[in-house]
Amino acid sequence: MKTLMSRALDLARLRGAQYADIRVVHNRTENISVRDGVVDGLDASETEGFGVRVLANGAWGFASSGQLNPAEVDLVTDQALQIARASALVNRQKVDLGPAVTSQGTYTTPYQTDPFSVSLEDRLAVLLAADAEMAKVQGLRTRASNLSLQHEHKYFANTEGAFTEQNLYEVGGGIQAMAVGNGEVQMRSYPNSFARQQVTGGWEALLSWDLPGNAQRIGSEAVALLTAEPCPRNITTNIILGGAQLALQVHESCGHPTELDRVYGTEAAYAGTSFLTTEKLDTFQYGSPVVNLTADSLRPLGLGTFGWDDEGVPAQSSPLVKDGLFVGYLMSRETASRLGRTSNACMRASGWNRMPIIRMVNVSLEPGTWDFDDLVADTDDGIYMELNRSWSIDDKRYNFQFGTEIGYEIKNGKMGRMLRNCTYTGLTPEFWNNCDAVCNQKHWQMWGTPNCGKGQPGQVAHTGHGAAPARFRNIKVGVLK
Amino acid sequence: MLGEKETRKICENVLARCKDGQAEVLLNFTDSSLTRFANNTIHQNVAERDAELSVRFFIGKQMGTASTNRLDAAGLDLVVERARRNAQASPADPDYPGLPSPAQYPQVQCFDPSTAAYTPEGRAQQVGTVCRLADEKGLNASGAFSTGCGELVIANSNGVFAYHVSSSADFQSVVMAEDASGRAHGSDWQASRVDVETLGRQAIETAERGRNPRKIEPGEYPVVLEHYVTEDILSMLNFYGMGALSLLEGRSWMNERIGKKVMSDQVTIWDDGLDPAGTPLPFDFEGVPRQRVEIVTQGVPVGPVYDRYTGAKAGKPSTGHALPPNARGMGPVAMHLFMAAGSSSLEEMIRTTERGLYINRFWYTRLVHPSACTITGMTRDGVFMIENGEIAYPVKNLRFTQSYVEALDDVQAVSRDTHLLLGEYGGFGMRVPALKLGHFNFTGNTA
Repeated sequence: MKTLMSRALDLARLRGAQYADIRVVHNRTENISVRDGVVDGLDASETEGFGVRVLANGAWGFASSGQLNPAEVDLVTDQALQIARASALVNRQKVDLGPAVTSQGTYTTPYQTDPFSVSLEDRLAVLLAADAEMAKVQGLRTRASNLSLQHEHKYFANTEGAFTEQNLYEVGGGIQAMAVGNGEVQMRSYPNSFARQQVTGGWEALLSWDLPGNAQRIGSEAVALLTAEPCPRNITTNIILGGAQLALQVHESCGHPTELDRVYGTEAAYAGTSFLTTEKLDTFQYGSPVVNLTADSLRPLGLGTFGWDDEGVPAQSSPLVKDGLFVGYLMSRETASRLGRTSNACMRASGWNRMPIIRMVNVSLEPGTWDFDDLVADTDDGIYMELNRSWSIDDKRYNFQFGTEIGYEIKNGKMGRMLRNCTYTGLTPEFWNNCDAVCNQKHWQMWGTPNCGKGQPGQVAHTGHGAAPARFRNIKVGVLK
Repeated sequence: MLGEKETRKICENVLARCKDGQAEVLLNFTDSSLTRFANNTIHQNVAERDAELSVRFFIGKQMGTASTNRLDAAGLDLVVERARRNAQASPADPDYPGLPSPAQYPQVQCFDPSTAAYTPEGRAQQVGTVCRLADEKGLNASGAFSTGCGELVIANSNGVFAYHVSSSADFQSVVMAEDASGRAHGSDWQASRVDVETLGRQAIETAERGRNPRKIEPGEYPVVLEHYVTEDILSMLNFYGMGALSLLEGRSWMNERIGKKVMSDQVTIWDDGLDPAGTPLPFDFEGVPRQRVEIVTQGVPVGPVYDRYTGAKAGKPSTGHALPPNARGMGPVAMHLFMAAGSSSLEEMIRTTERGLYINRFWYTRLVHPSACTITGMTRDGVFMIENGEIAYPVKNLRFTQSYVEALDDVQAVSRDTHLLLGEYGGFGMRVPALKLGHFNFTGNTA
């Protein structure tokens, strides 16, 4: 493999590239889905190929192919160079990558049981058991469950001397129950929204979620939601967000606006820009003093956990928001250099056929000091909301509106009646400055978002978000008539 | 390009390995390139060439699937073995209707050699023009211009062999001023019909007109919507209710509404995979010929699109709307939507509006509640107040939360011009007009 990769790099150098890198990726996934007791999908897929990225005449070119042989490597490297020279025709800003990257080594996701070593029958048994438990609940219209295993074997080399090899394993899955009636359609999911929690690790992670053990509960909740009280409309109140919902809130209103490519405008036409412009760095009060947000690629289970990013930069941890103050971005080599910093390993590509772009790694809200029960007891009036059902945020990541699968009224420090169709809305900095309590490590969990879209052509990234429940004061709640 | 002869050979090689069961082969070859620009500079410029082969293997009513991009003998052996193993492990599905039989497919033209052969230099020249025009006005252009071609082949053990070759071109640009932006978007299967410079000028003009926007209060306003917004409305109605699976599961906006007049007379929507005014594809991903399906006729929902599985469950024939095996959990989807043109124009719509909003684009639209397809999202890249039949001033972006079904019950005008767009969700081709609606519910705004 090394010979083939060196061939591309040598050729690129020979033909005038200032810099080049090559990734060779083999990706294997196996998915099962069950719907109303029937296996409606049992799929195994693999894709392999390579992508060559070159910097020539001060501009980028990228080409890729699914055929891994010397002749194709030559062809694709030439194509990348041709594209880079075409880019240079409309180029006003020469690329500076900053310090050279010379990483060497291998990395494998830690796991106890290789998920691919578990028999298909054993995998199916988990989902069919969960489906059977949901089927015991009267009044459900649809039951769904799924699991997904992924193994990515990836090599990276560049003209600065880096050569790394990684084996990254992910497991994902979940269950969902849907009830229809009373003019309503209501869903409950477990462990995460849209029936998909996902982590890096082995089969043991999926077993730890105990899908069958939670199936009847979510089924009953879906049915109960049909006749639950609607969320109050157009009120301002206190909300406590559960960990999974908060993870998505972090993803959308902290992760994305701290992507430095958005700030520099290179995602303007698609994903959007960011309100966190560079003059705010180290001066802007993003949140209250209890808000601490971190970007890291080291934490166990995180979907952003790896050995090196797709520029060969080693995994690391760096603060984004410290005691409420905005202090850091998610950066590539090029954008970090422009800012006068160094990359914090956030360049990721969704596969061999995509050029790496800045993506979230694990962007997490650090745990606070509160026990969950104490937090509820401390709340006179409010709503507890959990598990995302709807999310929307503007192109600067400022104005947002989220809906959750379920809510519970909080009165005089006690959880009360169930609420359906809960929504809340706000402006990002106001919202995070209204955060006055974050639960402690005991309630903190790593959540996975395996469906983050960005880039043209489109790329779907898998990102991690650690979060514990937290309370927000004076939030506008309820939008549905 | 692999060519029909080579793809037939590959499919025959796969089916020859599946004699102990029944099988379906899907081969999808893509050769695509995309030039991306921002800050009036090309900053990403990429190309991709790949062929993905999927196999559905059946043992009676047991089904397993596998896919690969390895087309050598060892790759074919492995993908068939994995599909077979998955079928063996999968319990039988009593509702499985079996594979389709051979059919005649109408000839449709959707391939343009010059679009397939478009060069990075050609894209750079087009993009460079837009960047220069923006730069001259002190504006900042970003966007993407993509060109490419593909081959899609479906074959099965019953003798189905369906081959389609296509090309595509898509240009979109967001042009930004300090406090405003504009966007334009155009798509076609012939690059020569995507007028990059004109689209760039439209985005520039919208950005220039949008400077110094005013903040207005949320509330209900009449709206004049560019065709980009109509594309979003149809996409959401499509994904949340035009497919038979969502109806069968009771979560479609069409449930309880079929046969009832729930939208304006001026709303007629259909799906037609054979119409050359769209991006035609004569068969679905099971090799079933695509039928024209009337979805909403003069405000009355007629029915959804079907694949073979949902059709069998509902006692209806497939309308030719199956998705590829790895997406079949979504059920059938309309991929070639059209909305009927009206007799108005954008200018007339604005001229006949006493007070309302002219909106260029919606952004980040998401389902809030399925029953009436209630959607939230933001305006973006151009919002203007209309007063006394004229554009009065630009306004800051607004958040809306609105049932799209109810919104289409108050259509006051439809444009006579329609435009072809590749949708943001799924990249499906869609031909849509501009609309004027009597009311739209805005629930928030930006600072």
